[in-house]
Amino acid sequence: MVSIGVDMGAKNVKVVVLRENEVIGKALVTAGLDTEGALKEALQSASREAGIDYDEVGNITATGAGRKDVPMARDELTEVGAAARGALFHFSDARTVIDVGAEEGRGVRFNAEGRVIDFVINEKCAAGAGAFTEAMARALEVPLEEFGPLSLKSDREIPMNAQCAVFAESEVVSLVHAKTPKKDIARAVHDAIASRITSMVRRVGVEERVALVGGLAYNVGFIDSLNRDLETEVLIPPDPEYTAAIGAAVVAAERGAKASEGGENS
Amino acid sequence: MKANYGYHDGSGDFFITIDSNLCTGCVECISSCPADVLEMITDDYDDVVAAVKDEHRKKIKYSCAECKPVDEQPPLPCVAACEPGAITHSW
Repeated sequence: MVSIGVDMGAKNVKVVVLRENEVIGKALVTAGLDTEGALKEALQSASREAGIDYDEVGNITATGAGRKDVPMARDELTEVGAAARGALFHFSDARTVIDVGAEEGRGVRFNAEGRVIDFVINEKCAAGAGAFTEAMARALEVPLEEFGPLSLKSDREIPMNAQCAVFAESEVVSLVHAKTPKKDIARAVHDAIASRITSMVRRVGVEERVALVGGLAYNVGFIDSLNRDLETEVLIPPDPEYTAAIGAAVVAAERGAKASEGGENS
Repeated sequence: MKANYGYHDGSGDFFITIDSNLCTGCVECISSCPADVLEMITDDYDDVVAAVKDEHRKKIKYSCAECKPVDEQPPLPCVAACEPGAITHSW
């Protein structure tokens, strides 16, 4: 059976097409102001990549901040449940998943079946989310994709004192004025965000192994800081920002199978 | 499942934890809350459990302020109303 997972994130729409537990199509479209159009575009391009017809699709499950705005979805799943199932899809030995997206940070501990045991979300403070690194890279005039590798070159620890993304930007500017090398500032930014994420995730208890998903999993500087903070080596799945969509697709397949079983019995 | 609703910011940790394994869905907590912070939801596993309303999650420190005077804090109504002890506050 073919199932589809849709992740309506704060910034991007992600769609994954799954057949017999294998990803056969995926697409990411930046939502902007027209979420409906972005959703349609993502669905079309993922279906095209998968080479499927619409009537082949057994079930569609939506997740993410905008999961209520997916009219074609037959059911929905919280971001937390989706992150857990998505992480387990890639790593059967993962028991904790850290999901850092554009505007949210999330820590989820789950059991071997992917059932959530404990979770925590931070959607209030930008200083613990991907938007923070974007703003700091901008302040340093470094392209985002170079920001992570740049911080790996640093061997100096500079504490960031600001607790807030807005004030942190002025702290970065002060560091620039003090002639601090950009690589050290980049590391300070990643250390700050990692320590915030770590203190949040410790609330749910960190159980090995730990998977990191969401857009920030592309940032090697952040991964390095997080590994140091958690004193472990986090697992990074391929295409980390699709993890929640994959989780939704896995659940869609399960629920679809259950529904058709129920239909046959009755 | 333990669900932590709230946030961590520069001034501290503000989380209400609801243990869905303990929550019986009796709705006592909902009527006990003077700020109308809690609601019943159906979670991913089809259990009907108490949760913190979406609109309060980012300002829970302020929503809960009236039950948390600085001096001599009486027992929190939601915590007291919950017989199985499924609700805890982090601050």
